[in-house]
Amino acid sequence: MSVQPRRATRSAPATDTVRLSGVGFGYAATHRALRNVNLTLPSGSFHFLTGPSGAGKSTLLKLLTLQERPDAGTLHLFGEDATMAPRRALPDFRRRTGVVFQDFRLLDHLSVFDNVALPLRLAGGKQIDYAADVEEMLDWVGLGDRTEDRPPSLSGGEKQRLAIARAVVAGPDLILADEPTGSVDAKMGERLLKLFQSLNRLGATVLIASHDEALAERSGATVLRLEGGRLHGGGA
Amino acid sequence: MILRLFSRRASMLPRDAGGERWLAALIAVLCFLACLSAVGAVAADRAAHGWARQLRSEATVQVRPRVGETGAEAAARAAETLAGVPGVAEAEAMDRKTAEALLRPWLGDAVLPDLPIPHLVTVRLDKAGPASAVSLSRALASAGLDATVDDHSLWRGEVERSAALITVLALAAFLLTAGAAGAAVAYATRAGMAAQTGVIETLSLNGASDSAIAGLYQLRYGLVAAVAGGVGAAVAMALVAGLRFLGGAEGVTPALPLMWSDVLILSPCPLLAATVALAAARFTALARLKGRH
Repeated sequence: MSVQPRRATRSAPATDTVRLSGVGFGYAATHRALRNVNLTLPSGSFHFLTGPSGAGKSTLLKLLTLQERPDAGTLHLFGEDATMAPRRALPDFRRRTGVVFQDFRLLDHLSVFDNVALPLRLAGGKQIDYAADVEEMLDWVGLGDRTEDRPPSLSGGEKQRLAIARAVVAGPDLILADEPTGSVDAKMGERLLKLFQSLNRLGATVLIASHDEALAERSGATVLRLEGGRLHGGGA
Repeated sequence: MILRLFSRRASMLPRDAGGERWLAALIAVLCFLACLSAVGAVAADRAAHGWARQLRSEATVQVRPRVGETGAEAAARAAETLAGVPGVAEAEAMDRKTAEALLRPWLGDAVLPDLPIPHLVTVRLDKAGPASAVSLSRALASAGLDATVDDHSLWRGEVERSAALITVLALAAFLLTAGAAGAAVAYATRAGMAAQTGVIETLSLNGASDSAIAGLYQLRYGLVAAVAGGVGAAVAMALVAGLRFLGGAEGVTPALPLMWSDVLILSPCPLLAATVALAAARFTALARLKGRH
């Protein structure tokens, strides 16, 4: 599996990609999903975030994608304070972040090609400029022969690969993945892990939330553990 | 790959989630009504101005004979006097026969011979520089004639006021129609966004700004409105052209004289409908996106 994403030409920023200081978050006053989380992800680092269901992994990813805002502490992304970033600033943060959602969040009315091309279109790209990159990305995740199909016709594993292709096609500085190997077999899981490692080698900061601790150990990445809303491990 | 470079990009929004067919039908009907009200206003204004112009170019003088003078003699003297006033094209004493002919439809033949009929002079005024009622009265008084000048200003004022009222009513009808179309687009945008919450969130998480998302709804409903507006305007154009063809220059009634150019004034309707839809969709989408967070 060879990787040729466009971020190969981008120089890595010098600042920490993610820095959380004393971050807390609760969906209700009585339930604290995250408590005093301190986390630094240096540029070009690779971390796994593990923990049991309900530990707060998805909530932490929601904070990093600015779907939710911390109610305590500060959150810095790409060297900028994003704790209370105004809504108009969100697209800039999000274009630098590729996210693989647990539920994929694919657009069923678009073809496989158009789903992958979505971040490039939204960034103002022209089809004539990105078509080759998208085709290459789809070949890379093994969906090169499904470009015109719609997501509902794909298997769970194919959807997962499609979601990953969309997350990385624009060469983001930060890649967040929520259980990216949850719907694929072990062989594909290893393949996807290698994909993330390749992207990391090219300079992307990668954080993978997974309950698969064995995979995390095999990855050689720094493993963070989240339990009861508290973070433990390297980087914390 | 080569084919893809030339293929049209799919819309980032799913099709028909906001009841677009229903919206298109509604906008087409509203545009049809707006076109009819616009043509009606233009035609009524044209008729009123025609009538006012005609009234402005004429005056009627009633002459009361002096002792020892017949009515016909007084009217002839008045006509002669008025013919020499600057701004008068022609002045003609109305003979009894002509006056009786004017009254016959209302009074019948039986009473006319015994009826005292006023002695009138019909004055046609110069269109370029018509004489005023004051100058006519002054000339008649100088000639020693007891006469009353009616320059039809009362009627003319009524006609002009009616024309202005019709124009205002047509404008109000047009604005109401545009408002209704805007409200329909706003409702459809809200319904579409409510049905596509997941899509909007995915677009946003992939870097779409609120403005870009609003732009998608603008484009969608702007196109729907433009096409529907075109259909509504086309039907209205066909109707106006048909009435002009069947009724000639006066249309179906002298109160609404139609011209072929009236068909052309409806051509901006699709553009106006699209403009209203673009504005309504944008404001609604931005307000909803802002309210979401």
